Amino acid sequence: MRTRPNYLAGAAALVWLVIIGVPLYALVNTAVQPQTKYTDKGPVSIPDTVTLDNFRTVVDSGFLQYIWNTVVVAVATVAIVLALAVPISYAVVRGRGWLTKGVFRLFLLGLAIPSQAVIIPLFLIINNLGLYDTLWGIILPTAAFALPVSVLVLSGGMRDISNELYEAMALDGASPARTLLTLVVPMSKSAIATTCVFTALQAWNGFLFPLIMTQSNDKKLVTLGLYNFVSQYAANVPALLAAVLMSAVPILVVYLFARRALVAGLMGAGGK
Amino acid sequence: MVSATTSRPLRKQRVRDRAAPPTLERPGVAWAVPGLLFFLVFAVAPMVGVLYLSFTHWDGLNPPQFTGTANWSRFFGDSQVWQSTTVTGLLLIGNIVVQAPVSILLGVWAAGHQRNRAILSAVFFLPLLLSTAATAIMWRQLLDPNFGLPAKFEWLFGSNPMGTQQGAIACLVLVTTWQFVPFHSLLYQGAARSIPHTLYQAASIDGAGRVRQFVHITLPQLRNTMITSTIFMVVGGLTAFDIVLLLTNGGPGTDTAILPFSMYQTAFRTYDYGYASAIASFLLVLATAASVILTKLSGYDKMTSTMEGL
Repeated sequence: MRTRPNYLAGAAALVWLVIIGVPLYALVNTAVQPQTKYTDKGPVSIPDTVTLDNFRTVVDSGFLQYIWNTVVVAVATVAIVLALAVPISYAVVRGRGWLTKGVFRLFLLGLAIPSQAVIIPLFLIINNLGLYDTLWGIILPTAAFALPVSVLVLSGGMRDISNELYEAMALDGASPARTLLTLVVPMSKSAIATTCVFTALQAWNGFLFPLIMTQSNDKKLVTLGLYNFVSQYAANVPALLAAVLMSAVPILVVYLFARRALVAGLMGAGGK
Repeated sequence: MVSATTSRPLRKQRVRDRAAPPTLERPGVAWAVPGLLFFLVFAVAPMVGVLYLSFTHWDGLNPPQFTGTANWSRFFGDSQVWQSTTVTGLLLIGNIVVQAPVSILLGVWAAGHQRNRAILSAVFFLPLLLSTAATAIMWRQLLDPNFGLPAKFEWLFGSNPMGTQQGAIACLVLVTTWQFVPFHSLLYQGAARSIPHTLYQAASIDGAGRVRQFVHITLPQLRNTMITSTIFMVVGGLTAFDIVLLLTNGGPGTDTAILPFSMYQTAFRTYDYGYASAIASFLLVLATAASVILTKLSGYDKMTSTMEGL
């Protein structure tokens, strides 16, 4: 069927490869060259000297702590979202009555709440809960704002489970809790994986909550650490870009080990 | 029903088996309560709160004072707000117009199975590994007029690409595209793979060429994904705060100060939380309107009605 090669599409894909590749090359190249060479030759030179000094500068500034904090926030956020969104989706898909429908509509509407629009009262709430300048002050709002997409993805997955299976479970006398654990969760594995990927990326990418909700250096996340580096290392671009590169390492590790799950998770989010 | 013709007791037995267990197994709304409460506290209550605060004067230290519509009359006379709204709209349109066609073409292309596509797709994925903050910082250095790409490739970027409003907006669109096209094209790649092959076979038997197949089969089949992807773009566009802060810092001047950026400056830089709440409320209205329109188009809300058949 697809025997004739599509040269036009191939050429377009090559153009896109250049657009994606040149900045990434410049990023890596700059991060491994001495500062003097960067100011002479710019970001897309041919590397002749390679140094790891820039990474040392970044590590010495305490960047690993930021990466650790971000990992903690991402894991905790994913755990909370799964614990809350799986039962919600189960109730939405299998429950009856206007209440469960109302819940679904509320989360649909919630899909569009921009976190910026509610950051002022949220700041007040986090303050009053005594969570300002703690990682919880980031985790809880991040989880709340990841719920709508998660409910959408999970309920979509659970809807695909056939009614006969639910009936079979019911005939065996299974309670809703048992049905959830032995039927729904295993059958919606891929939707759960998508939710994990999405939530983790959102936590990873988060900027506003860390910016507003924390203050001390030992509570900083990677994104905020980078933001501060901009003023701190304004003149030392190679060190700044080394920090940018290092900030991607944890996701890169996940990508190398769980490429299939990560890509499939994002692919599955679009709906048919 | 066959059993209707057989003996009564058997029929009764069957009816009970069919009717009773499903009512037993259905989870109640109680299952949704913990998540619902959590969402109400951290997302819905703040929505109400920001509307209330928009009618107050509040410096963040003393208790908020109710000032009626003072913030709102100031809001409607504030030219900066209208500039921010315009820039937000321009950025949104720019992002959709540039990203959507590129994502669709790349996604459909990558849905093929040749080996080179798998390798290229892996490379195309790489920008997704960087956070928006990392992406913005990287591009800020790349677009630096003295040391970055413009110093070497002036013919392509001009001498200072972020020096004018159009240039700065174009740069924001470029960087957003660079970062998020991989994501959107993944959505399309997944969707394009699930289009039944029989459609293409039937079309080629009818003599339809590649372009006709793309227009008459692929595009219509991708409709739902287009809407999902557009929802992500709109929500992303309305919340594109970090990229503006880190790439242009709202400049030149206030030329790229989109609504969330203006809101942030007003609240957390000049400590005028009341007026910032008015800007935030406006952002909320825009986002809600966009979401309602798009979910109507997508048929997401119809998912609830398909439940009735279950």
